[in-house]
Amino acid sequence: MTQGPVTPELERAAEKAESRRGLLIGLPAYAYLILFFAIPLVLVFVYSFASRSSTGLTVLEDWNLDSYRRLADPLVIEIFVRSFLLALITTAICLLVSYPFAYYIATRGPSMRNILLVLVMIPFWSNFLVRTYAWRVILGSDGIASQISQVFGGEPVRVLFTSTAVLIGLVYGFLPFMVLPLYAALERLDWNLVEAARDLYASGWAAFRKVTFPLSMPGVVAGSILVFIPSLGAYVTPAILGGARDVLLGDYIVSQFLAARNWPFGSALSFGVMFVMLLATIFYFRVGAKSL
Amino acid sequence: MSDPANRRVGRVLGINAWLVYVFLYAPIALLIVFSFNDNNNVSIWTEPSLRWYREMFGNDEVMGALRNSLLVALVSTLVATVIGTALAISLERYRYRGRGTLDGLAYLPIIIPDVTMAVMLLIFFFQAFGILDSLTGIRLTSGLHTIILAHIAFNISFVAVVVRARIAQFDSALEEAAADLYATRWQTFRRVTFPLILPGVAGGALLALTLSLDDVVVTQFVSGAGSTTLPVYVFGLVRRGVTPLINAVSVVMLAASMILIGISLGLQRGATVRGQKIADPASLLEDVSA
Repeated sequence: MTQGPVTPELERAAEKAESRRGLLIGLPAYAYLILFFAIPLVLVFVYSFASRSSTGLTVLEDWNLDSYRRLADPLVIEIFVRSFLLALITTAICLLVSYPFAYYIATRGPSMRNILLVLVMIPFWSNFLVRTYAWRVILGSDGIASQISQVFGGEPVRVLFTSTAVLIGLVYGFLPFMVLPLYAALERLDWNLVEAARDLYASGWAAFRKVTFPLSMPGVVAGSILVFIPSLGAYVTPAILGGARDVLLGDYIVSQFLAARNWPFGSALSFGVMFVMLLATIFYFRVGAKSL
Repeated sequence: MSDPANRRVGRVLGINAWLVYVFLYAPIALLIVFSFNDNNNVSIWTEPSLRWYREMFGNDEVMGALRNSLLVALVSTLVATVIGTALAISLERYRYRGRGTLDGLAYLPIIIPDVTMAVMLLIFFFQAFGILDSLTGIRLTSGLHTIILAHIAFNISFVAVVVRARIAQFDSALEEAAADLYATRWQTFRRVTFPLILPGVAGGALLALTLSLDDVVVTQFVSGAGSTTLPVYVFGLVRRGVTPLINAVSVVMLAASMILIGISLGLQRGATVRGQKIADPASLLEDVSA
């Protein structure tokens, strides 16, 4: 492109121009994300130290730690623990169901594999609200689950508005998030290694435990994070399927902003949830790294 | 692999797989069936009818919310796709100072829970409108524009991730070759880079459309009076109780998802056909030099 000899100065200048061009191309996105993401995030942080007027309005002075102190309130801790356990159980069930499922898909022939995979993608892309609403229809007091149960002479199913209903909804909603990374990990797996283990007289179970499972660990970690994080902050599912007694974090945060109008406490709660998510993510990666 | 223990494991795996498919599809199927039910009760079957669909199309609130949803989804997808694609190219093809930090910033909206995102934007718009009012006396309120701004904010990152995956798949040597053949930057982009990343751009746009049409939480927080989208409207109805009308609206929303899935699968097939073309870079370079 250049006519004369390429001097180091020319090269440096070209490099500089190139990196400036790169930044310029990304600039609209950076500006947008700083304005509509980074600044709002900082604002929530600032609000979490603010105080409230007697009418419930947020006052941006008298900075204090009251909102964070309230996180240690037994009632709040109970909500945290309940949400945490529910997210953990959701993740465990998704993993237990998805692993053999993804294994089955990954071991089919190429064309069958594609069909089975598309059949997982369809609910994954389908409207989440609608998929959750479907369970409301099924689990309702005279819903389809009750009708089926009564045909077989059983009791009507009374699951709606309990934690069990929320659990079903969360597993249903987030199952594809677990299947897809697991499948990706198993599909990439070098099956010669498993065969080698079998040739060396490892039992089927031993070969799975010592070779297949450790090699699929990246999928297990990714899937667990992808299910755990949205489950912990879930709002739509508990709002539709859960009861008023078992308040969960997502609903609790929302109520601080829409009903209770305690923005500082709601902000502190948001940061509390993100902190727990961060810890959980680090934990999953540690466990994942150890088993390799 | 033919010993009986293995065969038994295989059979259990197969049964598990089909049970999972039943679990995934039965609720959707039931919802569709019961939307054609002529009864005021959502789950007691009487006889087939299109009554609830008629009611839906005659319902001004539903139709208004549907129009809002489509407008928000189209505008936010268009903007997010352009900005997000540029972001992907910038992050994947260039090196500059602060790139690592900006890369992290670009990923955060994907990881952050939507409840937090909703809270952030609620406070932001409240604060921004307050400042604007005290400085200029202009009074703004929330509405469709705030919903669109919010949807762009979370869609940029998703578009960028999908497009980046696509850019990472092909060799930058193709672009360098075009430059060596005296193509200008714009020609290189238009005739080499853009055709190659197009399936990724389209995939990102479809994801953005889906996310925008799916969103309840963020929209609920940033929408003003009289500016609700279809999911937020349905969500409000569901919280008050189930009606067969919601079944019919749900099926329409499902149908929209299905159409988007269909397009996206078609694109993936198109992408593999293009993949064969990429395997023969000479044909592409002929295009450029022409």
